[in-house]
Amino acid sequence: MSAPRPHEALIDRLGTELVPVRRLLPPWLRAAGWLLVVAAIAGVLLMHYGTSGMLRRWAGTPDLGWAGLGAAVTAITAAFVAFSLGVPGHRAAWAWLPLPGALLWVGASGLGCLRNWIAPVAPVAGSHQGPDCLVFIISFSIPLSALLIMLLRRAYPLRPVLTAMMIGLASAAASASLLEICHAYDSAATDLLAHALAVALVIAANAVMGGRLLSKA
Amino acid sequence: MPQVLTAAGLMSVDSGLSCRIRPIPHVPAASHDSESPDRRRAAWMAAAQAGDRRAYEKVLADSVALIRIAARRQGVAVDHLDDVVQETLITVHRMRHTYDPARSYDAWLSAIASRRAIDALRSRGRRDSREVHDEFALDRHPDAGDASVATEEQQRAQQLHAAIAELPPGQREAVEQLGLREHSLQEAEKLTGRKSGALKVNLHRALKSLRERFHGEP
Repeated sequence: MSAPRPHEALIDRLGTELVPVRRLLPPWLRAAGWLLVVAAIAGVLLMHYGTSGMLRRWAGTPDLGWAGLGAAVTAITAAFVAFSLGVPGHRAAWAWLPLPGALLWVGASGLGCLRNWIAPVAPVAGSHQGPDCLVFIISFSIPLSALLIMLLRRAYPLRPVLTAMMIGLASAAASASLLEICHAYDSAATDLLAHALAVALVIAANAVMGGRLLSKA
Repeated sequence: MPQVLTAAGLMSVDSGLSCRIRPIPHVPAASHDSESPDRRRAAWMAAAQAGDRRAYEKVLADSVALIRIAARRQGVAVDHLDDVVQETLITVHRMRHTYDPARSYDAWLSAIASRRAIDALRSRGRRDSREVHDEFALDRHPDAGDASVATEEQQRAQQLHAAIAELPPGQREAVEQLGLREHSLQEAEKLTGRKSGALKVNLHRALKSLRERFHGEP
């Protein structure tokens, strides 16, 4: 296979402009770097709030623990997928990877709501605690999303909006996991609604703004 | 927590991640017969990432056919394939650092080419939607400034004038006065001194003669 004549001039010009480049790190390694920052934040929160309250709550209502685990798995997988989508040739079907974690997260939270109607164990979040959760998730998601977008600035996402949605999902799920450390309430419908609204807002904002930022990259 | 998320903190995390240059494994630019074409191109691109111009030009030249296949698969018309090839080659140049030699070069290239092909189709679709296309109107109203059309019309007029000049004097007078100069029958009578009936008969015979000559009609 040889280049037809019209492209020879361009190939020659690109050849003259060639300089050695620094390769992108593998997606899993860049995802690990971001998760390290999330782990550092978790460490700071644990130092401040301690583990006893969280463990006591989980012992009383295991579905809260499962929901937290689901959120953490969602954050890990969504971050990996976001970095994978930044490399041409990776299949878009990877975007389904966070689904099992997300199902566990949503399912366990929903089960918590159902159980609370029958036999409440831990104090249930009132309507005034919902906005606190919303603010917590959004305020943690903003810097985490910004960090992911920055780490993806050298990448070339062929599907910028899908990549940005994965960034939003990873950030919101990570924030929801961090919230578990200092969340003093059992899941109630209002609480679950606040979490869902926060996650939806973060994903939508990323899809709109992050998509544009990434497509310019 | 806030001190962890300062701008400086973010920058240091990012630089910590991206500045750790992965040693580029030595990949010989020369091809081996036993290698698959994909692995050969992968080796060339790996060498190009390290700055090997010869390998780079080889891999780009080898990529042209693959780009054309990917663009055709997306539905790009043959006339526009070269535009997609050029756009893709430029994108490959800008994004060559995203290629991982451990993975398929062909898959990486095809993904970029497909993206560029879709972009080309979209931009062409937007342009077409702004322009008016009416093939019937174009056929019926050929470009007035078309040189070939003007020359053709001029030749036809010359042939007509030559045919009129060859007509018998009575018929020629009738065509000139009534047809070309658009005089009325009364005016033509005065100018030629012939009766209106004779003028009509001569015009009728002249037109019949001209029709036979140009269209072969009796």
